[in-house]
Amino acid sequence: MNSRMKNRKQLGILGVNLLAWILSLLLLAPLLLILVNSLKTSKEASYMSLALTADPQWSNYTTVIEKGKLYTTFLNSLIYSFSSVLLCTLLSSMAAYVMSRNNRKLHGFLYIFIVLGIAMPINFVTLMRVMQFTRLMNKRIGIVLLYTATQIPFNVFLIHSFVGKIPAEIDEAATIDGAAPMGLFLRVVLPLLKPVLVTVMVLTFLNTWNEFVMPLYFLDHSSKWPMTLAVYNFFGMYFKDWNLVCADIVLTSAPVILVYLIGQKYIVAGMTAGAIKG
Amino acid sequence: MNKNRMYPTYFIFGALLLYVVLYVLPSVMGLGYSFTDWSEYSREISYVGLDNFKTVFSSNYNYLRILMNTLRFTVVTTIAKNVIGLLLAVLLTKKVRLLNFHRAVMYMPCVLSALIVGMIFKSIMDPKVGLLNTALRAVGLDGLAQKWIYDSKLAFPSVMAVDIWKGMGYIMTILIAGIMSISPVYYEAAAIDGGNAWQCFRHITLPLLVPTLTVTTVLNVIYGLKVFDTVYALTNGGPGFATEVLYTGVYKEFSKGRYAVGTTLSTIMTLVMLVVGYFMIKHMVKGGGDQA
Repeated sequence: MNSRMKNRKQLGILGVNLLAWILSLLLLAPLLLILVNSLKTSKEASYMSLALTADPQWSNYTTVIEKGKLYTTFLNSLIYSFSSVLLCTLLSSMAAYVMSRNNRKLHGFLYIFIVLGIAMPINFVTLMRVMQFTRLMNKRIGIVLLYTATQIPFNVFLIHSFVGKIPAEIDEAATIDGAAPMGLFLRVVLPLLKPVLVTVMVLTFLNTWNEFVMPLYFLDHSSKWPMTLAVYNFFGMYFKDWNLVCADIVLTSAPVILVYLIGQKYIVAGMTAGAIKG
Repeated sequence: MNKNRMYPTYFIFGALLLYVVLYVLPSVMGLGYSFTDWSEYSREISYVGLDNFKTVFSSNYNYLRILMNTLRFTVVTTIAKNVIGLLLAVLLTKKVRLLNFHRAVMYMPCVLSALIVGMIFKSIMDPKVGLLNTALRAVGLDGLAQKWIYDSKLAFPSVMAVDIWKGMGYIMTILIAGIMSISPVYYEAAAIDGGNAWQCFRHITLPLLVPTLTVTTVLNVIYGLKVFDTVYALTNGGPGFATEVLYTGVYKEFSKGRYAVGTTLSTIMTLVMLVVGYFMIKHMVKGGGDQA
């Protein structure tokens, strides 16, 4: 009896492990497919199979960097991501900090007003009007400001709940020591917000890097396009050369995969914050 | 100590300005413009009353279908992601080897651009050389090899399947955190009473996960109604209007210069989202956020 139960338990463990592997492979296979085919010749890649190639074509990558103008688009993506990350983190944390600390009715209202933006859809049609009016249309700075604006609600939400956990006595002590509001925020509060700020920065980076809808609507010239939009356009032009398309996909995704592997802990923290009552 | 001096309101201005001008203002303007005949082709804009809304809700056009598609997409993906996400979460809170590896892999599609995921699956679902049909034929299931995104009946389920594939890891991650926050005391008590795995799940895990599942549902609904990237990359609304959703519809109206109808569709979405947003605020902001 005892050994039968033990056997059953072991069978259960085996089954659970097997299931986990099958599911993981189901998620990995499409990604491996891209990696494998990025090294094939155009002819081999026309059958998009998982078979490995005997003769890896590393030159696909240099070809695609040249043909896909990846230097320019990589630089664009870098500019959009880094500027949005810095601007959005700074503005969101300043706003969230004051709205959390200064608990007047107005601040509570403004907080709800901003956080409602997590759900609110963007009206791209009228946004074009606003972009024309503010002279931000077809400009890189316009795209940066758009990315900042659209990510303020979620970031404010994340930071706001974190500020609440930092005792306000620290602020009072610093103020008694003569710190002005901006000095207090930059030198005392901001360092304490570091964990949540890393989460905010990682998430903002991933979102911005992956986004392509804003440039699709509001950038007319391909010289300003980010990598995502460029890879899609490349795909339209070279749809017969899947090997090159795959190489482009690998290069476009490499930064987010890298950031994911390094910052996984922070991403999960951000994703689960607010969803779990704790 | 004077809070207004220590925490000056102007700290909020930068964020508020960008949010109001680039986010809120277009929505408010959108409501106004949806009562006009605004288009690329005429400089003059005149008031047309409810005409645009009549157009959208009339059976003579495809807009009603677009709205229904969006709703269908939202309902199906929300339910599927919650159910699959829950199963994955339960599986990956058990004693599985390489637990963190499996969790990391399942979450991975979420960090990829939806546009790229769309492109990848466009290849996989290719009727002739795609991996999916090749695999089906290899195991002798030729009958199941379909035209997937090119088939007017299968296109929408295929698009939804891709979206579920991409998004289930996100829900799983949130639910894993939810399961881990359940006190082990309950399970110990159940073990003493001789409860089996199913009973533990049914009477402990599931009821205690309801608040978390509410949040994942709200998040999924918000995402589903606004979906654009995956659909745009896979089918761009086709074949015909089979996979057209609200945001791909808006983009088409925008490209064709029919701004009034585009903004009307957006306005309808805004009004729906105000209701969804109310629930979101109720559950996320007032419930979890401040204590989390």
